[in-house]
Amino acid sequence: MKKVIMGNHALSWGAQLGRAQVIAAYPITPQTQVVELLSEMCASHSLDAKFIKVESEHSAMAALLGASIAGARTFTATSSHGLALMHELLHWAAIGRLPVVMGNINRALAPGWSIWADQNDSLSQRDTGWMQYYCASNQEVLDTTIQAFKVSEALAIPSMIMLDAFALSHTYEVVDIPDQDKVDAYLPPFRPKLRLSSDDPHAFGGLTSPEHYFELRYKQQKDMERAPALIEETGKEYEKMFGRRLDLVEDYMCSGAEIVFITSGTAGYTARVAVDALRQEGIKAGNLRMRVFRPFPFAIVREIAGRAGRVAVVDRNLSWGCHGIFYQEVKSALYGHTNGLPVFGYVAGLGGRDITPQTFKDIARDALKRKLPAEEIVWIGVKR
Amino acid sequence: MKKDKTMKLSLPIEEYMGPGHLACQGCGAALAMRFALKALGPKTAFCFPACCWSVIDGPFPHSSLDVSIFHCAFETAAATASGLKAGLEMVGDKETTVVAWAGDGGTFDIGIQALSGAAERNEDIIYICYDNEAYMNTGIQRSSATPYGAWTTTTPVKHFKSRPKKDIDAIMAAHRIPYQATASISYAEDLVKKVKKAKGIRGTRFLHIYAPCPAGWKSRPEDTIKLSRLAVQTGIFPIFEMENGENCVLNIKVKERKPVKDYIRLQGRFRHLTEDEVQRIQDDVDARWARLTKMCGA
Repeated sequence: MKKVIMGNHALSWGAQLGRAQVIAAYPITPQTQVVELLSEMCASHSLDAKFIKVESEHSAMAALLGASIAGARTFTATSSHGLALMHELLHWAAIGRLPVVMGNINRALAPGWSIWADQNDSLSQRDTGWMQYYCASNQEVLDTTIQAFKVSEALAIPSMIMLDAFALSHTYEVVDIPDQDKVDAYLPPFRPKLRLSSDDPHAFGGLTSPEHYFELRYKQQKDMERAPALIEETGKEYEKMFGRRLDLVEDYMCSGAEIVFITSGTAGYTARVAVDALRQEGIKAGNLRMRVFRPFPFAIVREIAGRAGRVAVVDRNLSWGCHGIFYQEVKSALYGHTNGLPVFGYVAGLGGRDITPQTFKDIARDALKRKLPAEEIVWIGVKR
Repeated sequence: MKKDKTMKLSLPIEEYMGPGHLACQGCGAALAMRFALKALGPKTAFCFPACCWSVIDGPFPHSSLDVSIFHCAFETAAATASGLKAGLEMVGDKETTVVAWAGDGGTFDIGIQALSGAAERNEDIIYICYDNEAYMNTGIQRSSATPYGAWTTTTPVKHFKSRPKKDIDAIMAAHRIPYQATASISYAEDLVKKVKKAKGIRGTRFLHIYAPCPAGWKSRPEDTIKLSRLAVQTGIFPIFEMENGENCVLNIKVKERKPVKDYIRLQGRFRHLTEDEVQRIQDDVDARWARLTKMCGA
């Protein structure tokens, strides 16, 4: 069934098709439509779930941890300050091996209040142990939500699905909404190996000495390392059933490119328009859009970027006192694998400033005339 | 000839708490758990936020309780319990009693937002606060449950706590939850009866259990029961219950209240108080007792 829906509703549909059983959420702009539609879905029983209307994002995540340890499939959505408030419990979810799935609308942090697109909210949760997907279309949001339940539950690792504020959250697109029975065939019910039950008493998360903690974290990382292959495998399975492939990255004309943009989120689709325009001008550009950021897809990034003449990483985020975060990570991934490949870092679009095809043209012109970046951070479009 | 004496057990004989726990000598919180579990029974699941009980139960992979425990973040007992109850119901378990079990810091202070939220939503959970009147697990720092006059490591004697204990029971009454009660480890039958009663009610139930802490109160471990009883008999910690924030019933009627001095002078944490300061505590207790008995129509 094809429907014209907003990005936020694609998350709600994904949660409904994924048969989320416990939802706990708190409203924040620009996430509200996600939970509004889910409230209606629960009220009309098109979704058989308990929706706990909590008093904060912090309690939203806490409630989901309780529900998840009971063996229920859990979902929430938030944004920016709401995500920041959850921070402690994001660690709790990952370390507790509780596969919560959450939508996060990428929104800038205050002060001054900003409700517009910016990735610093989710990227400052990079080290909490969640898988992170950055989406570029409403279709991808819906498909990713369903896939995320499957991958998260197989690995006992939570997932965060990112949508750019307004550019995706409030943009209406045609979305193919799969049939429930087909989704049920793709995504079986959540049956965790360990769960809390009064029939088989156990204490979960008690005091853990240095004798055990280290090994538990080792196992967590080993399972995270299984994720890239599992995302590819479940992505191919998704393609077989629904006709849409879900990969770690999207390679748009990177083969033989003299410059490859590395992008994420909606900027990754804008970049494709720029690639087409640049190619018309005779510049062989390509775009590598990173759909998955955690786990970092080392192999495919090295393979695609390693063949490029040069790489320009475009960040809608910044690690203050350092670089754009994707830039840092791409450089780190390429180091020692790609001798002499020039890698440039650009920061653009903070706080919802538009990233347009012209942004990428400016970046290409800058990168193609140098061997090394002009500055540690090259700011695009900033009024100095 | 010695006559055979028969004694009628006034508490359930079942034990769901093993002896290998890590509580200090004379710990009121350990007794509170032992009594509460006698009423709760095996179909119970706890959420423990950071508190003494996150240590008392024992380190991974051990546990001294015969029921399930989900250790949760400090400020999240009520929210985590809300989710645990919802999750269990969604997987077909409608029977297990979900209990948030928290100290006074996790209840009066850092957890009060989640508690208020859960109570307002009338989540189907029992919330039990064992109140030892300070952050004892971290080493005796003041909480908003610490009473006026008390020494703690963050309220040194020269700057003892100058504000009264927060009235958590009044706060909970304002939420008009189905059931709430205070209880004391020195009145075990009343405590067990209340936990049983709470177990039979749906919606949010709040129990406030007074739990002396010899390490933090600078009292003798063997005085724990005595102190707990004196707290009731002086009127410092009255034992009552309420339904829907109304119908307050005083369960332990104290005909002649003992002077608070009897209670105060057994504890090192009050040693520095002058007679005037003790009188101030007495005046405050008298005023609160008058209000409570009026409310209870006693």
